[in-house]
Amino acid sequence: MIQLENVTKTYPKAARPSLDSVSVSIDKGDFVFFIGPSGSGKSTIVKLLLHEIAASRGRVVVNGKDVSTLRSWRIPHFRRSIGCVFQDFRLLPTRTAYENVAFALEVIGKTQAVARRVVPEVLELVGLGGKEHRYPHELSGGEQQRVAVARAFVNRPLILLADEPTGNLDPDTSIEIMRLLDRINRTGTTVVMVTHDSNIVNQMRRRVVEIEGGKIVRDQPRGVYG
Amino acid sequence: MRAKYVLSEVMVGLWRNVTMTIAMIITMAVSLTMLGASLVLYHQVGVMKKTFLSNVQVSIFLTTTVTVPEQQELNQKISSDSRVASVQFLDKEASFELFKQEFANDPALVESISKDQVPQSFRLKLKDPNQVSQIKSTYDGLPGIDQVIDQASVLKRVFKVLGALQGLALTLAIAQGVAALLLVANTIQVAAYSKRREVAVMKLVGASNWFIQSPFVLEAMFAGAIGAVLAFGGLIAAKFFLIDGSLSALTTLLGEVKWSTIYFMFPLLLAAGALVSGFTGWVTLRAYIKR
Repeated sequence: MIQLENVTKTYPKAARPSLDSVSVSIDKGDFVFFIGPSGSGKSTIVKLLLHEIAASRGRVVVNGKDVSTLRSWRIPHFRRSIGCVFQDFRLLPTRTAYENVAFALEVIGKTQAVARRVVPEVLELVGLGGKEHRYPHELSGGEQQRVAVARAFVNRPLILLADEPTGNLDPDTSIEIMRLLDRINRTGTTVVMVTHDSNIVNQMRRRVVEIEGGKIVRDQPRGVYG
Repeated sequence: MRAKYVLSEVMVGLWRNVTMTIAMIITMAVSLTMLGASLVLYHQVGVMKKTFLSNVQVSIFLTTTVTVPEQQELNQKISSDSRVASVQFLDKEASFELFKQEFANDPALVESISKDQVPQSFRLKLKDPNQVSQIKSTYDGLPGIDQVIDQASVLKRVFKVLGALQGLALTLAIAQGVAALLLVANTIQVAAYSKRREVAVMKLVGASNWFIQSPFVLEAMFAGAIGAVLAFGGLIAAKFFLIDGSLSALTTLLGEVKWSTIYFMFPLLLAAGALVSGFTGWVTLRAYIKR
């Protein structure tokens, strides 16, 4: 599903590469944690997978497509197969939970009829049934992140990328979000999560890839944090 | 749904920066009016050149002491010249009549000149008005010829002035146009900034580039089109109040400015306004969204 082959990424003007000849392979349906200290290169991986940036060397293959050969006008379509969740939720403050999720459908050309059918379903799935018409500021942090997960998942992507999704949440709420991601993973969606939340990694006992100084220093099938 | 979304975004976008939108429309209108006016002027000068040049005459004045054989020889030479379309000979009588007519408001001068002092002349019309200088060099200095005068050299000076005017109007239009385009670019950037959250989400979930850009581009095109309509109104007002009004004396010089010429400007201005500002908006956004 995802292959990085000897991927090196050096940002312009940077003294050393953020990722240094990294190779990792993720199968369909996997649940993988990328861990490591700040600046280790974890988030660079997310950006590479979304093709927000291009690798300096090496191949990035997502869904069987070599991302580096993707024409720029194909990128939007390519991104529809990847759902994304971030630490800061990235919801639109002037839209309700329902409208935030529906917006993601409408801007890729789905009709309102489709939205009316699919959005309540996915909001129910993330546990926000009955709160469809609340605005983000009327929801707790955990609930906002659920809206973001619903938005990421509403298109049934093959891959869900989560970049420190629990970074702004308290431990209990974080666990709830993790249960949600776990449930999504069980539908067959590959989940890639970047985090430095040791608690969560230790509880989940999933594959752990540790990065330090741009290199993979550990890759364990049922790992713990550090 | 998508069309409705795009259109409502355009209206919201225009209204959100309403002062900027108005500034954009005004500059656009002024520069397009200048452009239209300079195009009309350009067209008129062309028309005028054509009419003047086709009527242009070359006058060959003979010396007062010209002999009859000399005059006959010249007559033969001119009549057989292949470049000459028609020739008219003004003898002493005719020349004096013409002289009296031309200086009718200066009786003292007419009194002081006798019939013999007025030179006889050949009046030539040329097949190709551009051959004036060749004609001049052929006949200048031949025995019996005093001087060869062509109206074209006088007209050329008038055309030079008009050409300078044309250049000035075009330069102003271009300078204004650049200002208008910079305003468009700026307005679009402000609009994109005020919608940066939406744009970020759209990019994230994979909305196509044209879908992200079209509300902004349409916003710019809309402002450009409104500017063009205002500019067209400006041209109509100028035709009505200036060309046909206070400056109507100019029409003898410039020729009549036809309504059809004015109407023809509308599609040009509309295309220039809408397409150029839309294109500018698109280029600006590409740079903005890539970041």
